[in-house]
Amino acid sequence: MTTIVTDNCKGCRFTDCVTVCPVACFHADEAMLYIDNTVCIQCSACIPICPVHAIYADDDIPEDQRHWIEINAERSQALPVVSDKQDPLPGAEERKTALGY
Amino acid sequence: MDALGSEANPLRAAVVGSGPSGFYAAEAMLKSGLAVRVDMIERLPAPYGLVRYGVAPDHPKLKEPILVYSQIARLPHFGLLGNVAVGRDVSVEELRAHYHAVVFACGAETDRRLGIPGEDLPGSHTATEFVAWYNGHPDYRDRSFDLSQEVAVIVGQGNVAADVARILAKCVDELRTTDIARHALEALSASRVRDIHVIGRRGPAQAKFTNKELKELGELVNCDAVVDPRDLELNPASRAEIDAKANFVSAKNVEILRQFASQPASGKARRLFFHFLKSPRALAGAGRLEEVVLARNRLAGEPFKQVADETDRAEVLRSGLLFRSIGYSGVPIPGVPFDARRGVFPTHDGRIVDGAGAAIGGLYAAGWIKRGPTGIIGTNRADAVSTVKALLADVPKLAPEAKRGADGLRALLSARGVRTVSADDWLKIDALEVARGQPDGKPREKFTRVAEMLQCLDTPTAALAARKGIG
Repeated sequence: MTTIVTDNCKGCRFTDCVTVCPVACFHADEAMLYIDNTVCIQCSACIPICPVHAIYADDDIPEDQRHWIEINAERSQALPVVSDKQDPLPGAEERKTALGY
Repeated sequence: MDALGSEANPLRAAVVGSGPSGFYAAEAMLKSGLAVRVDMIERLPAPYGLVRYGVAPDHPKLKEPILVYSQIARLPHFGLLGNVAVGRDVSVEELRAHYHAVVFACGAETDRRLGIPGEDLPGSHTATEFVAWYNGHPDYRDRSFDLSQEVAVIVGQGNVAADVARILAKCVDELRTTDIARHALEALSASRVRDIHVIGRRGPAQAKFTNKELKELGELVNCDAVVDPRDLELNPASRAEIDAKANFVSAKNVEILRQFASQPASGKARRLFFHFLKSPRALAGAGRLEEVVLARNRLAGEPFKQVADETDRAEVLRSGLLFRSIGYSGVPIPGVPFDARRGVFPTHDGRIVDGAGAAIGGLYAAGWIKRGPTGIIGTNRADAVSTVKALLADVPKLAPEAKRGADGLRALLSARGVRTVSADDWLKIDALEVARGQPDGKPREKFTRVAEMLQCLDTPTAALAARKGIG
């Protein structure tokens, strides 16, 4: 069971997901968020709230995004937890529009 | 006078309710940087609300927020006053006398009604009763459900309906090593339920299941999911809904249902039928539920605003066991305004407001009692945090007189003969539950009566040890 953050978060980082995470399993760097699956309870609260559908679980992870499984695992261990809403990255709204959301 | 929220005059806050919203509200206050004392007041001796008594026993991972809550309970300046019912043991007025702020996070404790003839026939139940019963909630310990019926009907298509369907569909061996209450496991082991019908008022594109919960219903060991492909023919407005990119959850639900429809039945012992565009019009039977009359509905309206209109067409489903799961409603507490239509405490930005819409100083609400029964566990974190934000912004305006908080309240309750349960007391009950579960390979065997829980605290340990496993 795996839930991960993928491409679409990069350059957006809206952080709506962290506000609904019941167990504070999101970690962040300058570019995006990552999920620590050793803490995540697979509740999927974050999936529908992401404005750019960057979060996927299990079978729903698109083939071309599966490399993010390993990246989420690695980066989440190295970065601090983010559990409060932060401002989206500059240009996030434009990127959201460009992604079709 | 020292400023409120300083070490000399800490903000004293009471949180009513110990479920997710209550714990997230407590955490947000305790980590606010102000000097705060938070007391959580819980009606039962056991904390954690719907995580303990709502989340299904076969979803142990979803119960893991309890680990987070138990850490919050260990933060400095957090106190638990369990076994205390606001409105029974202590009034809201008394709470306001002891605390600068009161946050109601008491959830939505009762079900909405269908409002149709026959709703109260024996055999017709609320999903809440069943869920609380299999989860060992003391208020529902003595409920009984006629599981000798072969056909069960669940009205509603959200995650609670999915939980009820799954518990009915699973065989007891799949539940044996969960924390399901022993009385429920015993009753379910004699279940003759064979067909389960899940009824939705609107179409497949409007079903409220989360993808994961729906998918799980098609992967049951002992039960085939049955969907009529004709039910998946969408009207133009519903097609527009699932084509909207942001509505990917509904699109996925429809895709999952299509997959169910294309799966050939594999002859499993039980079958789970999904019905769409049907509403119960009446429940009928001679002295008990025998028939569910289902009206056929038609969707009308713009995409995302479609409503189900009943047509003249109807069908009859023979069933002696029905659970309604069409949403919950909060329960009023004397001394707090109540919006009976929505079943919530009326609020503005988390501040409880009176009939004229003006904030009542010092009273707040978070979670289901504030916004109604929507979302899942984590949704209540964002909700509680936003309420606490409003509360903290009000601190300079709150009456700054020092309040007595827990010391005063404990004295009051003790004089009334109320045996309060502290966080340390709960840890004792918790450890005994875990120990009781061990012989059966269960994570815990819950105490299902308040008296049993209190006995854990007031009986010498040796006597308890001798009785371990009994009860």
